[in-house]
Amino acid sequence: MAKSIDISDLDIYYGDFLAVQGVNMTVKARSVTAFIGPSGCGKSTVLRSLNRMHEVIPGARVEGKVVVGGQSLYDEGVDPVAVRRQIGMVFQRPNPFPTMSIYENVLAGNRLNAKRMKKDEADSIVERSLKGANLWEEVKDRLGKPGMGLSGGQQQRLCIARAIAVEPQILLMDEPCSALDPISTSAIEDLIHELKDDYTIVIVTHNMQQAARVSEETAFFNLKATGEPGHLVEFNSTSQMFTNPDEEATEAYISGRFG
Amino acid sequence: MSTTDAPAARPTVDDGFGQVTGRGDSVFRGLATASGYIIMLALAGVAIFLVLEGWPAIQATGEQAYGKDNIVLFVWPLVFGTLLAAVLSLLMAVPLAIGGALVISHYAPRPLAKTLGYLVDLLAAVPSVVYGLWGIGFLAPAILPSYQWLQDKLGWLPFFEGPALSGRTILTASIVLAIMVLPIVTAICREVFAQTPTMHQEAALALGATRWEMIRMTVFPYSRSGVVSAVMLGLGRALGETMAVAMVLSATGIVTFNLISTQNPSTIAANIALNFGNASGLKINVLIFSGLVLFVATFAVNFLGRWIARRGQVKG
Repeated sequence: MAKSIDISDLDIYYGDFLAVQGVNMTVKARSVTAFIGPSGCGKSTVLRSLNRMHEVIPGARVEGKVVVGGQSLYDEGVDPVAVRRQIGMVFQRPNPFPTMSIYENVLAGNRLNAKRMKKDEADSIVERSLKGANLWEEVKDRLGKPGMGLSGGQQQRLCIARAIAVEPQILLMDEPCSALDPISTSAIEDLIHELKDDYTIVIVTHNMQQAARVSEETAFFNLKATGEPGHLVEFNSTSQMFTNPDEEATEAYISGRFG
Repeated sequence: MSTTDAPAARPTVDDGFGQVTGRGDSVFRGLATASGYIIMLALAGVAIFLVLEGWPAIQATGEQAYGKDNIVLFVWPLVFGTLLAAVLSLLMAVPLAIGGALVISHYAPRPLAKTLGYLVDLLAAVPSVVYGLWGIGFLAPAILPSYQWLQDKLGWLPFFEGPALSGRTILTASIVLAIMVLPIVTAICREVFAQTPTMHQEAALALGATRWEMIRMTVFPYSRSGVVSAVMLGLGRALGETMAVAMVLSATGIVTFNLISTQNPSTIAANIALNFGNASGLKINVLIFSGLVLFVATFAVNFLGRWIARRGQVKG
């Protein structure tokens, strides 16, 4: 199920503006990879290019290759919709569908595949996904209630349940804890630890302690200079990044000397 | 602290908790309150006028009630015609409006969407007399062959019994009304659709929704109450539209669902416009009474719409 991601010579443009230049890296399957870096350095852009979500913005395009499990995402004839069904995403702000119940929110992705689901099959998907997102015990008695009625941290775990309900190969998380309090954050981090047994996880975070806590490998992005495109400065195992990075810029950022 | 001597009225930081609310606030407050009351007064004035002037018509019979035995028999066919024309026009206009609004808000590339939106707004600026002229001079003769076709092929349906001898039917009037209603419904739907939060749309897309699935999952549920309001505004316009219907429709004032015959129901507004010039005595009261009925019907429709909109409101 979980697959690795090979990124080679990736340039990402918004119209004529080159946002990110020359990214080369390999994200390992069944591990957590963290993207860190200052605001505006393109780490979210790179993340969104991994399931072609950046194309939602008109004029966005990429050059280079992103290969997931041997299949290039940007080959001609690859439908971005199909890519997104394989590669799930969790956003910065929890975004359960406001008109749907908790139950329907979890099933939203499965319903898109348009196959008719039997009631017990649907029930088991909901239970498995909510358990997978550590939310089952908290909501099992009110599955019919609106998803918006949950707390922020619960909503975010609901969104994770919704993403894993379709059993994706990869889970992308774009600052999933930045809108949450420390207790909810810690619940999500525990969850990430459990999920990496089954999924390849890429997480963008502003919180360097979080990157150190949850990830095996860390990628540090930065702007070459003001007005220049973002690029990958260093990609290394997390333990090395936070103790003895190869690059001076990484050292400076991690020790808080800038950014 | 005095608020009259202007320079001193503005407190400095040293004043502590001085008087901050100034003359501007009270002036604006007064203006806003006054506008609120004026709107209420105007509405109440219209209602009182309609009731006072319409009331004597209760006793109108025979000649005074345009040949009907009593006022109810006179008003009922007009109410029927008004509702029929309005509902028909909405049946045609609303799907087009929602489709058009979606094209503008979610499908067309930016420059095309802008042009389309501008054209739709332009449609709203055309005076209703012009729509009437277009309806009677172009649409009615041009559409007659299709009515004859409908009568031939679908004549077994009560709606298309015919005889299709004239293009100036209730269906033509409804088409003209639909075109007049289209811009306002499209414009409001477009605004409502465009306000769907990006984070919900992205949530759907990230799950692998196609654009249409994304619209069904997020845009429609989010904008349901707004769309209902838009339809209600359109219905209000269709109910009250006078000139275009008066010009296009060759009315005989009967009650029928036959949409393409030479015998057509009339509408309240058009009927008033056509007859008011020659009316005198109690006939004027009779016409004003029909106006009161229209007033009440429009109100009822609006309240119904708001009630539906409130029920469908999305929180969050």
